Amino acid sequence: MSVFEQKGSEAVSNRAMPGMTHNTLPLLHEVRHALERLLRTGESTIIDLRAIPFGPGDEERLLSLLGEGEVAATLDALGRTTVRESRFSGVWIVDHYNSEAERIAFQLEVIEIPALLRAQTEDMYQSLGALDSVLNAEMHGPE
Amino acid sequence: MAENNTLGDSLRRHGVSRRGFLKFCTATASLMALPPSMVPAIAAALEKARRPSVIWLSFQECTGCTESLTRSHSPSVESLIFDHISLDYHHTLQAAAGEAAEAAREAAMHENKGNYILVVDGSIPLGNPGYSTIAGISNLQMLEETAKDAAAIVAVGTCAAFGGLPQANPNPTGAVSVSDIIKNKPIINVSGCPPIPTVITGVLAHFLTFGTIPELDQYNRPKVFYGQSIHDRCYRRPFYDKGLFAETFDDEGAKAGWCLYKLGCKGPMTYNACATTKWNQGTSWPVESGHGCLGCSEPRFWDAGGFYNALSVPISDNSQTVAFAAAAGLVLGAAAAGLNYKTKDEAQKAHANVTVDDLEKTS
Ligand code: SF4
Ligand code: SF4
Repeated sequence: MSVFEQKGSEAVSNRAMPGMTHNTLPLLHEVRHALERLLRTGESTIIDLRAIPFGPGDEERLLSLLGEGEVAATLDALGRTTVRESRFSGVWIVDHYNSEAERIAFQLEVIEIPALLRAQTEDMYQSLGALDSVLNAEMHGPE
Repeated sequence: MAENNTLGDSLRRHGVSRRGFLKFCTATASLMALPPSMVPAIAAALEKARRPSVIWLSFQECTGCTESLTRSHSPSVESLIFDHISLDYHHTLQAAAGEAAEAAREAAMHENKGNYILVVDGSIPLGNPGYSTIAGISNLQMLEETAKDAAAIVAVGTCAAFGGLPQANPNPTGAVSVSDIIKNKPIINVSGCPPIPTVITGVLAHFLTFGTIPELDQYNRPKVFYGQSIHDRCYRRPFYDKGLFAETFDDEGAKAGWCLYKLGCKGPMTYNACATTKWNQGTSWPVESGHGCLGCSEPRFWDAGGFYNALSVPISDNSQTVAFAAAAGLVLGAAAAGLNYKTKDEAQKAHANVTVDDLEKTS
């Protein structure tokens, strides 16, 4: 069967001409350079995937090449954010959604741990106050 | 009306955590098409951002631009930006009408003198003021009056930016753009028919975040969104480079996703963010759906010789738009990299269309 006899233009364009469209492999090269830089200098990189001209199937291909690693986390702040480690340690897929489940940002982070997963200093100060109130209430009972 | 509290204050009042704020800044950077490395600077600026007043005037338009914007108005991040903008006057969206509406405009102008942003969609008829009036006030008079004390003007859509469809030959109303009339204010042209919703939001977010206007190209369009041609960012570009073109909308090349140049795609002369930002929440964009780019974000795209003719040049001039003839020539000159300039120049002189075959013959 010739490639043109297959059903659906996406299937044809993706399989028939590997490397003809697709920004997946150049992007993967960029990730590799970023990982090397992280190891050599400690400098992290964030790639905004929404700024990359993806064709049909590119995103799926990239995600399948990146695979799944050991860590996955979900953040609930102004909508859901998923942070997944790829099968390449140090390469993270960070996907931000708003409260309507619409994607608002989509990034690859090449870093030891994405900043959003760290506890934030301001939040920790607030927690200190909150813990004090809990301890106060527990020790002295409600007023 | 514009209030004095900062965006940081209002987010904390909404109980948004620091992580939430960082996520908001990340999304804002992405919205403004700025690199993620800018997030700390954006966070610092947004923390202190004050609420700007916005007055939105609609002239000769189809409301498509407002439709485009309100489609982007989904809750959370974008709405936080909008909640933080005080939209003090908008014909279509406000409840008030007639004199009450005009009173609101005057009050906003007075209270925020020198600081408000004026957003305009639609072109302005100079032929006869009667073609388009609001509360008995001509578009020209309202624009001049409201622009006088604005900090900056955002011309939303190709009509406000370049004249657009109302200005198409024979331009019956004598339509002109905002920048044809206002010469002493910073003007940001957010062209497109309609403009991409997130580009409108991105420009407002830039003003909100940094209090300045973004860097502009020679047509006063923000470079972050209009800095590259559709063609340069098109995922079909490798097919173009190899000379693989769809000849009809249903041939084997079209099914295989080949380049749409011969079917009239104006991507090579069009500067816009469609290829990356895409449309409908990033679902797709015209070229991905199998139709060539119409060039809707460029001056005089309507008179550029037919949407289905391979890369054509603007055909004729009209009396209102002499300045734009030169400008359109510039766009073509700058954008047609890789084309045979001699052929294109000759065609331009003869007001004829250039086809790929012509270019192949002479190059
Ligand atoms: S001519 Fe159009 S379809 Fe072809 S590569 Fe350029 S922008 Fe894409
Ligand atoms: S692809 Fe071209 S015609 Fe279509 S919306 Fe984008 S700039 Fe306008």
